[in-house]
Amino acid sequence: MNKAVALLEEKFPEEVVEVVEFRGDTTIEVKPERIVEICTALRDNHETAFRYLSMIAGMDYSPASPRFGVVYNLYCHKHHNRITLRARLADDLAPAIDSVATVWSTAIWHEREAYDMMGIRFNGHPDLRRILMPEDWVGHPQRKDYPLRGH
Amino acid sequence: MNQTQALQRTETMQLNVGPSHPSTHGVLRVLVELDGELIVSADPDIGFLHRGIEKMCEYRTYHKCLPLMNRVDYLAGEVNNFGFCLAVEKLLAIEVPKRAQYIRVMIVELTRIASHLFWLGTHGHDLGAMTPLFYCFREREKIMDLCEMASGARMFPLYFRIGGLAADLPEGFLPAAADFVKSFDKLWKDYDALLTENIIWKERTVGVGAMSAADALDWGWSGPMARGSGVDWDLRRDNPYSSYEEFEFVVPLGTKEGDTYSRYLVRMQEMLQSNRIVKQALDKIAATEPGDIKCPDPRVSLPPKELVYTDIAALINHFKLIQEGITPPAGEVYQAIEAPKGEMGFYIVSDGGPQPLRVKVRTPSFVVLSSLDKLAKGRLLSDLIALIGTMDIVLADVDR
Repeated sequence: MNKAVALLEEKFPEEVVEVVEFRGDTTIEVKPERIVEICTALRDNHETAFRYLSMIAGMDYSPASPRFGVVYNLYCHKHHNRITLRARLADDLAPAIDSVATVWSTAIWHEREAYDMMGIRFNGHPDLRRILMPEDWVGHPQRKDYPLRGH
Repeated sequence: MNQTQALQRTETMQLNVGPSHPSTHGVLRVLVELDGELIVSADPDIGFLHRGIEKMCEYRTYHKCLPLMNRVDYLAGEVNNFGFCLAVEKLLAIEVPKRAQYIRVMIVELTRIASHLFWLGTHGHDLGAMTPLFYCFREREKIMDLCEMASGARMFPLYFRIGGLAADLPEGFLPAAADFVKSFDKLWKDYDALLTENIIWKERTVGVGAMSAADALDWGWSGPMARGSGVDWDLRRDNPYSSYEEFEFVVPLGTKEGDTYSRYLVRMQEMLQSNRIVKQALDKIAATEPGDIKCPDPRVSLPPKELVYTDIAALINHFKLIQEGITPPAGEVYQAIEAPKGEMGFYIVSDGGPQPLRVKVRTPSFVVLSSLDKLAKGRLLSDLIALIGTMDIVLADVDR
């Protein structure tokens, strides 16, 4: 079994929602509340050593509920393997999750982008501003209910 | 505090660099706070080239995403398509024929050389070296000619398809490519002679923008940026795709300083290694059956034209593929490739329909640019130009 899955199931048995193996990719869905602890454990554990955050993607699963989610892709340079972490956010109107910027510095910009594009708030983020859109922009363009054109 | 010290203390100054400054490599605006000539903070303001490529992908079929992907990193157009095609092929669980895999590797490695040449020419030019630009663009032109030969287009070849290639290589391509490969190692020596031991070049690059390996990983650096800081990591070697495991090449690492000069050395060596891979690819292509460039799976590839005219099932298949597009099974995949600028990742979520539910493009330029403030702090304003140059960013790649 994947070492990351084993670690999470041992240390955070309550948090793991599901584990999906698809086309050789491992995706672990976790509850959002303890995401910082989970990420810190995955980074610092000797066996997993996910020292590198590849990307964070904000997700809009509408019309499903919970509507919003955040996806983290982690890479380990020691074993050359990857996992995807997924968290679904309970609040459809004001989606929020704790920031992992303290775990990986690169998360600062990824989270700014997810905030800008999807309107997901990252609690404890050092500098949560829009990044691609102008500062006075109204709305979050990558939400599914935001029109492609004719805005 | 005596009076002279008090007089020397001044207020900081805000300076706008860009968004249309020649050395910002596109439409990048950097809001710099200066104390005299020293940088207190540098805040990149991006998004001027945001085209909403990820959003647009959600409204079109997988094949129609390809022209958009070409324009993510426009200096290495076909590399983006390479990653996107691999991701969709992973989603579909199909494999493309060996000949197509080798041709893809060859085109992508040629593109890597072209991208590195563009970086070298402009980076050198930014720092006051005029000559390398002309040399580099001379060879880049030859690579673009090869792309034009294969696909008809120079910057955006759009030569790869999900499941293979648009067409086989034209007659005369392999000898032309072989000529380029043969000449490149010698031409490379010209750039090397102009810069590597050049005292002005070293003054501007040595010690500028140093990053430790641990910090590089923390800031998400990949590709030549990370290798310049001593991270021994190359996706082509460590997580091979498209038959890279069959090729022999070395992953060059930088000096222990991890500075701008170190990254220069890494990219210079990478060009030679890419040339080596192209050479091997040419031999491998020559050993495969011409015409075998598409995965025969009817879910993905159009049937042969003769069959469309003579066989009703093939006609229907053709019609459905054009009208509806590919329908991969529901699921999510992440496929990363070693692009010229670092790790380029494609996270694709499918709900089983003909259009992707979500496409996330992880681009190396976006990630690397986020660490500009860290590198620039406490340096001279003129170093900012060296830092933007060494990052090898393309604003289309940053903004998507």
